[in-house]
Amino acid sequence: MLGRSANGIYWMSRYLERAENCARLLDVGFRMALTRGDHAQEEEWRSVLVTIGQNEDFLQRNGDYTGPQVCNFILRDKDNPASVLRMIEYARTNARAVRTSITREVWEATNESWMLLREMLSRPPRESEMGAILSAIRRQAMLVRGAMEGSMLRNEVFNFSRIGTFVERADNTARILDVKYHVLLPSIAWVGSSLDNVQWETVLRSVAGDRAYRWLNAGGMDPRGIAEFLILDRRFPRSLVFCYEKIRSNMTGLALQYGGETEAHGLLRHAGARLHQLTIEAIFERGLHEFLTEFIGDTIRIGEAISADYRFIA
Amino acid sequence: MQQTATANYDEMYDADGAVRSAYGGYCEWYGEQDRDWLRKQHIEAERFFRRTGITFNVYGDDAGEERLIPFDMIPRIITAREWRKLSRGIEQRVRALNAFLSDLYHRQEIVRAGRLPLHVLRDNDAFLPQMIGLTPPGGVYTHIVGIDLVRTGPEEFMVLEDNARTPSGVSYMLENRETMMAMFPELFSRVPVRPVQDYPHRLARSLSASAPDCAAARPVVAVLTPGIYNSAYFEHAFLADQMGAELVEGSDLRVVDGRVAMRTTRGYEPIDVLYRRVDDDYLDPLTFKPGSVLGVPGIMDVYRAGRITIANAPGTGIADDKAIYSFMPEIVEFYTGEKPLLQNVPTWRCSEPESLRYVLDNLSELVVKEVHGSGGYGMLIGPTASRKEIAAFEKKLRARPTNYIAQPTLSLSTVPIFTKAGLAPRHVDLRPFVLVSPNGVEITPGGLTRVALKKGSLVVNSSQGGGTKDSWVLED
Repeated sequence: MLGRSANGIYWMSRYLERAENCARLLDVGFRMALTRGDHAQEEEWRSVLVTIGQNEDFLQRNGDYTGPQVCNFILRDKDNPASVLRMIEYARTNARAVRTSITREVWEATNESWMLLREMLSRPPRESEMGAILSAIRRQAMLVRGAMEGSMLRNEVFNFSRIGTFVERADNTARILDVKYHVLLPSIAWVGSSLDNVQWETVLRSVAGDRAYRWLNAGGMDPRGIAEFLILDRRFPRSLVFCYEKIRSNMTGLALQYGGETEAHGLLRHAGARLHQLTIEAIFERGLHEFLTEFIGDTIRIGEAISADYRFIA
Repeated sequence: MQQTATANYDEMYDADGAVRSAYGGYCEWYGEQDRDWLRKQHIEAERFFRRTGITFNVYGDDAGEERLIPFDMIPRIITAREWRKLSRGIEQRVRALNAFLSDLYHRQEIVRAGRLPLHVLRDNDAFLPQMIGLTPPGGVYTHIVGIDLVRTGPEEFMVLEDNARTPSGVSYMLENRETMMAMFPELFSRVPVRPVQDYPHRLARSLSASAPDCAAARPVVAVLTPGIYNSAYFEHAFLADQMGAELVEGSDLRVVDGRVAMRTTRGYEPIDVLYRRVDDDYLDPLTFKPGSVLGVPGIMDVYRAGRITIANAPGTGIADDKAIYSFMPEIVEFYTGEKPLLQNVPTWRCSEPESLRYVLDNLSELVVKEVHGSGGYGMLIGPTASRKEIAAFEKKLRARPTNYIAQPTLSLSTVPIFTKAGLAPRHVDLRPFVLVSPNGVEITPGGLTRVALKKGSLVVNSSQGGGTKDSWVLED
């Protein structure tokens, strides 16, 4: 396949995943806004913006953190080149550019998502519409993923798409953890505080892991357990280990089809091995923030190596 | 069904309002359908097109906004007998076009024989001196041709234009049929219509057959597009997808070891046949427009060495130039030794003083076109133009008469379209698509019918409010 097409499908999947993750973060912020006082709200909106790397851009155009402003900025602001609407547009543009590499089902699902969300986000969203908008974003992203799952050949095209999805997802989970890491530090956490319970719940919700975590832990919550769940649990589809395992299996698929490994394979093997050997104790001992910073850096380097090894760009 | 009396030939109804035989089966079916349901289907069709993304971008519109070419669900129907006659004429014309191009870029016998004045070539930008003496692989110049036909009477089809560069619209022909079959499946079991869906397969086969000698056993075919913002991008992607060919852009290509190669995830891989949807000017910045990023630097050298097929060949534009058009009857006769089976529309060359005088005296009755124009831009339709428009056009015409040709305003045939108020006749043309390879000429039954949606309008171009119809050729 063309290097440009591999690049297109990889980024199409990343943008869709990112749009979905943004919607989930907004959903959490929105929920907090409904239940918490002003200060907690502001703090939550700020951390949402920090997580997706848009805090500075936001502050350049807005005075303070209010729900409608943050939502409008992240979802559809014309001045925000990384708004959800733009991401869906980029995803569609990429899908269009790789139209011959994807199936009609995938193209139609992507195009339909763009048409629907463009319409929904044609004006600043009202509070009463937020729920519908956010769930539409998540649903459309799932629709495209489902179309891929159900209609695409399991070949290099599919591999590049999946790698894009899980590189983005690993990055997203790590960033959420990093922004909230202080909440999970044992020194600050004292068991039983209702504020902390809410904060922990927020972290889990941001990666759609609240229910799964409770299910596995019979309702109990503790910061170390949450961190372990989001970093090391092989069963949870947004954990760092899970994402790396998916990247690894798709990279193996590429190596089989291409009859050999690339530099990216080496980087991934190295980073993956380190991750597998870690225990949550070791992570906390070294420092959660330090661990996450390194992980985010590793993931970026792996992504760049894939892009170079498979000639995404001339 | 009601028929509105019109002066022109209506393809569905005869002068007495009776249904013509071609439409017998269809009209019988139509009469049985519920009007409200038809109206709903009419609206549904648009949604279908939007979702599949069959859109075109209009240059100059807001930020490359994508628009739909309106689709009308009443088919345009041609009988088997009519089609047999038409396709003979089309094949003759396409063979002549290729022979003409080969001659133009080699010995120019037609000029030596005094049948074509030298100045028509010399003063023509569409004639590419870089092609002189170069023989394309397989000797084919126009692998894909679209012949625009208009109808003025029961047996009168005339060629309005030859499209020998990069005729577009074939994806609409295919999607229109898809849409019709999805909306009215039972219709196709009642009326025997010749299929068109194998066009991409035939195109792939035809292009492969035109591959150069150095090609792989299964030639590598790629479609070259200017990119997603091109007005016909959908079609480029569609055809590549249907053929199973790569859709490449200039930035994907470079010359490697004397071949044109595409950057794949495995490295550079040679291409044997390039179906390019990029204009000559942009094809090779080393040979043509220096700044172009849409093409491939050095591709013309590879081409000269016979190591890639470019479809259509560079320089074919000379054959669909309107100045050449007026010579087509002579051209057909010169190369085939036969009388042309398809007529030209009578054409006055404004470069000739006598013709110019006639054209100036009769502007309000004529259609005047720019010699190198296309897409319905820059033309005057005398009968519908205001006095002011005619005066303004006259000035332009007097200033550069060689830039114009004139034709009588034809009484184009009509086919009804579906409107809220019922069926209403509208003017149509027809663009059949023709494939040429060393193995022969293939014509897809039917083609693209374009229809002027505005009442009385003669302009069928999609950029100016035209729509399309599914075009049927009936089985024998």
